[in-house]
Amino acid sequence: MTQDNRHIAFICSKGNLDMAYPALVMGWAALGNGIDVTIFFTFWGLDLINDKRVDHLELAPVANTSMKMTMMGVDTGNLGIPNLMGVLPGMTAFATKLMKDKMDKLEVPPVREYLQMLVDGGANLYACKMSVDMMELSMDDFVDGVKDIVTAGDFMDMTEGAQVIFI
Amino acid sequence: METLVLAGQSVEVNEEGFLVNPGDWSKEIAVDIAKQEGIDELTDAHWKVINFCRERATETGSAPTLRQITTGSDITTKELFALFPKGPAKKVAKISGLGKPEGCV
Repeated sequence: MTQDNRHIAFICSKGNLDMAYPALVMGWAALGNGIDVTIFFTFWGLDLINDKRVDHLELAPVANTSMKMTMMGVDTGNLGIPNLMGVLPGMTAFATKLMKDKMDKLEVPPVREYLQMLVDGGANLYACKMSVDMMELSMDDFVDGVKDIVTAGDFMDMTEGAQVIFI
Repeated sequence: METLVLAGQSVEVNEEGFLVNPGDWSKEIAVDIAKQEGIDELTDAHWKVINFCRERATETGSAPTLRQITTGSDITTKELFALFPKGPAKKVAKISGLGKPEGCV
């Protein structure tokens, strides 16, 4: 990593399917433009690099005011999906499938493949030590390409001068 | 807009260095643009990428994104970043005489 090269660091703290993509999309764009990329996964964000979880990230319609009935193909304008409906068994799976299908149509790769693209493009992936300890995980639990488990202090050192984006 | 002399021919480029008139492109000009982008020599592997991009652009009307290059050919992401280091998205399109790729992936 050269000193004068632009460097962007993402902190991924969420494990929902919709919150997995911002860092992946922007990180990939950054690599394509020659910018150094570091991604730090903390708390629920560890699900994104957890080998057992990464293919099962979900999107819950409950308390999500942006999810409208129209997204399910019902022409109801701005009417939201009622929370009462969202709690029904299968609704989270349904919303997740809806989003995955839409992403698929746009040829957006699934999270696991996206992560591999970023690693192949030269991004540095790290897991947060405190979250790893709390969730009783180890390097064996992570997908290939995660470089290390590091402390918050390590993250500060490795992102000196970088632009940091918290997700 | 700016006029540059590439491969002994004066061509117009926009503020980011992309050719304004795609018709100006030639293999010799590609070699010169590559040099400006820090790639001293265009190898067969580079040409495979460039040719793929130009063919795809003829079909679709726009420069392919990096992922469209890797899914549409046998070039891997790693190879693409090794062949066109420090920003392959723009470099590939620029050397191929195409506009900036449209699309986020």
